[in-house]
Amino acid sequence: MAKIQIFGSLRDLFSGHDVVELDVSNLRQLLIKLPQLYPECAPEIAEGVSVSIDGKIINDAWFTPIRPDSEVVVLPRIVGG
Amino acid sequence: MSHSHVSTTINGQAVQYACPTDASLLEVLRDQLGMTGTKEGCGSGDCGACSVSLDGRLVCSCLVLGVEAQGRTVDTIEGMADKNKLHTLQTKFLEHAALQCGICTPGVLVAARSLLEKNPDPTEQEVRYWLAGNLCRCTGYDKIIRAVLEAAKTMREEQA
Amino acid sequence: MSAQTKQFKVIGQRLQRPDGIDKVTGRARYGADIDAAGMLHGKILRSPHAHARILSIDTSAAEQLNGVMAVITRADFPTPHKGFEDVQDNCMAGDRVLYDGHAVAAVAATSKHIAKQAIKLIKVQYQVLPHVTDVEQAIQPDAPVVHSGLVSRRVPKGFSENVVRYSSFGHGNIETGFKAADAVLERTYKTEATHQGYIEPHACMASMGLDNRADMWVCTQGHFWIRNMCAGVMAMESASLRVTASEIGGGFGGKTTVFIEPVVLALAKKSGRAVKMVMTREEVLRATGPTVSTMMHVKVGMNKAGRITAAYAKLFYQAGAYKQATVDFGAMPAFAPYALENVKTEGLDVITNRPRTASYRAPGAPPACFAAESAIDELCQELGLDPMEVRLINAAKGGTKSSYGPTFEDHGLIQCLEAAKAHPHWQAPLEINQGRGLAAGFWFNFGGETCVSVFLNNDGSVTVTEGNPDIGGSRASISMMVAEELGIPYEQVRTTVTDTGSLGPNEPTHGSRVTFAVGLAAIKSARAIIDEIRARLARMWEVDVTDVVWQDGAAHYTGNKAGTFEPLDLRQVADIANNLGGPIAGHHEANAEGAGVSFGVHIADTEVDPETGFTSVKRYTVIQDAGKAIQPDYVEGQLQGGAVQGIGWALNEEYVYGEDGCLQNTGFLDYRIPVASDLPMIDTVIVEVPNPGHPFGVRGVGETPIVPPLAAIANAVSRACGKRQVDLPMSPPKVLASMQKA
Repeated sequence: MAKIQIFGSLRDLFSGHDVVELDVSNLRQLLIKLPQLYPECAPEIAEGVSVSIDGKIINDAWFTPIRPDSEVVVLPRIVGG
Repeated sequence: MSHSHVSTTINGQAVQYACPTDASLLEVLRDQLGMTGTKEGCGSGDCGACSVSLDGRLVCSCLVLGVEAQGRTVDTIEGMADKNKLHTLQTKFLEHAALQCGICTPGVLVAARSLLEKNPDPTEQEVRYWLAGNLCRCTGYDKIIRAVLEAAKTMREEQA
Repeated sequence: MSAQTKQFKVIGQRLQRPDGIDKVTGRARYGADIDAAGMLHGKILRSPHAHARILSIDTSAAEQLNGVMAVITRADFPTPHKGFEDVQDNCMAGDRVLYDGHAVAAVAATSKHIAKQAIKLIKVQYQVLPHVTDVEQAIQPDAPVVHSGLVSRRVPKGFSENVVRYSSFGHGNIETGFKAADAVLERTYKTEATHQGYIEPHACMASMGLDNRADMWVCTQGHFWIRNMCAGVMAMESASLRVTASEIGGGFGGKTTVFIEPVVLALAKKSGRAVKMVMTREEVLRATGPTVSTMMHVKVGMNKAGRITAAYAKLFYQAGAYKQATVDFGAMPAFAPYALENVKTEGLDVITNRPRTASYRAPGAPPACFAAESAIDELCQELGLDPMEVRLINAAKGGTKSSYGPTFEDHGLIQCLEAAKAHPHWQAPLEINQGRGLAAGFWFNFGGETCVSVFLNNDGSVTVTEGNPDIGGSRASISMMVAEELGIPYEQVRTTVTDTGSLGPNEPTHGSRVTFAVGLAAIKSARAIIDEIRARLARMWEVDVTDVVWQDGAAHYTGNKAGTFEPLDLRQVADIANNLGGPIAGHHEANAEGAGVSFGVHIADTEVDPETGFTSVKRYTVIQDAGKAIQPDYVEGQLQGGAVQGIGWALNEEYVYGEDGCLQNTGFLDYRIPVASDLPMIDTVIVEVPNPGHPFGVRGVGETPIVPPLAAIANAVSRACGKRQVDLPMSPPKVLASMQKA
């Protein structure tokens, strides 16, 4: 089970927990499972999020592996200027 | 709006055109003569991107009427290089990376040339104040000032 | 070979950019530098009101004017594709105008003169509504509401409906942290909106055939995005629209979206002719995408030893008339330079009757850094601590849990701080009325969607085709990376930016991503070429491909029949390419991941005139981690340019709104950006802590330089005049008033 940290506007959706445990092995599974288990976060996930996996910001690369000891942080979608 | 006929000299060449009386020299250069090297950044004389020399005097072409060029000489960026040979200022700008997006560059080069014609050995302060009418948003001016000072030095050495 | 130990032949040299000669001779073509036969001129009619209902629009008189070929309103736009509703509404108002300058109608005519006349003939009946432009006023429960029904569940109670989003970040327990502090500072900081201030106004030309296929020429940072947005707004297939990017005269984030482009496309469609439109400077300031204006509450606790025990920030960002996420990008980086046990940041997005904000170089970060770094600086003063030592004591590094969640990989913040401490600027004596400010800041950087193709030409030269408009010299850097990889001279490589019909999709030139992501893809494309050459030569030589190596720009046979085959360089390979199967090319497509963060440290010296409150910048030094500087001139250019934009934001630049909700300073005279005589030389120090995610260690550098200067200047001015500055810009009347207060 990977530990998923939730930040930003999603936080209050997880009953005060800022960490959620999920059985996922890559980013795509995470993006599917999160809204399945916590439907309230579905609009935000659909709008787009950035996910930091072991310190690297990942936008959309679904096959990025998530190991049980990976640090996973769900963040607002990072854009630039 | 009636058109006026204008005979002028641009970059050493005799040029004739007919323009509306309220057209700016900038509009004539860009829209009628296809000389798009001179740029419009503001249309109100605040940014210097439209700088040209009129009878040897540095002006904002957006503040000059097309009809005012009658019988006078206009020098634009397109005439700065001598056929295949870049002007020393142009060379130094490339060597010193004194441009990023390059939109202000024609105006800055025209203004810098005008400065060096009057003052071949300016101080950094003098260069900064002379170029205060040329806005640049990319470079922070540092490399521009260095390039102008270097060009001035090289041009003085060539004259000597 | 790791990036740290590799000796580079091309990388790191100060080589000249390929577009340089065109730019110094006026030959380069920017957005407004194009014409087409029979082209029409477009002009937009804009709202004079900050907030009003549109009761009716009568275009009949305009349509009848000789020379007018098309007049459009929102009624001429189809229902947009999902997700483009706000963009469409911002390009052309529907039932309400939401800000001064909001587009209401547009014409295309045979001359600019006629187009201007036609605009004046369009009659619009407005019902003026109450407006609000100030962020502090907009959050009050009795404020005029810009849009109802947008408030997301998570927004705390007690505000007006204009507060539409809420986010929070952080870890630990700040209350515990404050209790452990020897000094706690609490302040409110404000910043006003600024504009990216690119010297080139938006300009584009569009033409559409009767088959509904269109071509556009646009000055933009990202023509693939422009294509998608125009297609979304006009409910077209994006494949029907081909966009060519002109040279661009500055963008800084403001040209990553559309403003006039869909309007020009709609005019081209309705008139059946090519239509060109160039914005005036007034239109650029009123009706493109400025930054947020902010109100920020910050509370920081520090102990006597200089350790930050708790840090808290609550940021209200006003992002214009539509929902935006910019405030998240203030809340995340605010305290990012520090390893903190207890940190909490909250962000609230507020809508107002102002233009829809767009990105501006590290969007959201500069104001937040101003607030955070000012608070830390003031605590240093209160506790009698050296601001440099305090930064070093608290500095984040590889392994630190960041204030926004992820654990940092190795980066160069500490190296930047050490370099700043050792720099002569830090020790230089100050004169009377002078003060020195220090600030640290960062930006995430990212990679994103990237496609590159590299070709071997008949003459042995190499062409790199990429899809990112060149803002800062990236064509040179990309050519250099390919030259390095192939072992050939820089002059043998040519990089061109191609149109949307000629290459797969690319994210815009933003996010400090091009040298990193496009460079990465170009290097991989070059490697693909090398592999292809090796395979073909192995076949020709009838040897094992493992015995063919590419070195110093040529293929060498290294097997035990050594000496049998002469090495072949690119020119020689190109000569026989067709014999070996056909032209040789390599390509790489990626959603580039592995971008490295970039930290920067700035030192500013200012002098404040005690009689006028006028600030002059005496000395400025930028130190930043670039990972690996491919072409140091261009890295320095980014550092200097971003710093000066920040200086302008700190001292002079602001949007001034009147009681009527209309923008008062719509030109460069009163929207005052820094000029050459305002500034000293900007010293730069490039620190290189390589990013393992890039073959040569590159980190993006373009955005970080604008993050620290607001704070560095504010800290310098505060120390110079003896009064803490909390309100940007620090224009002379404000500074003087602060000095005169008891």
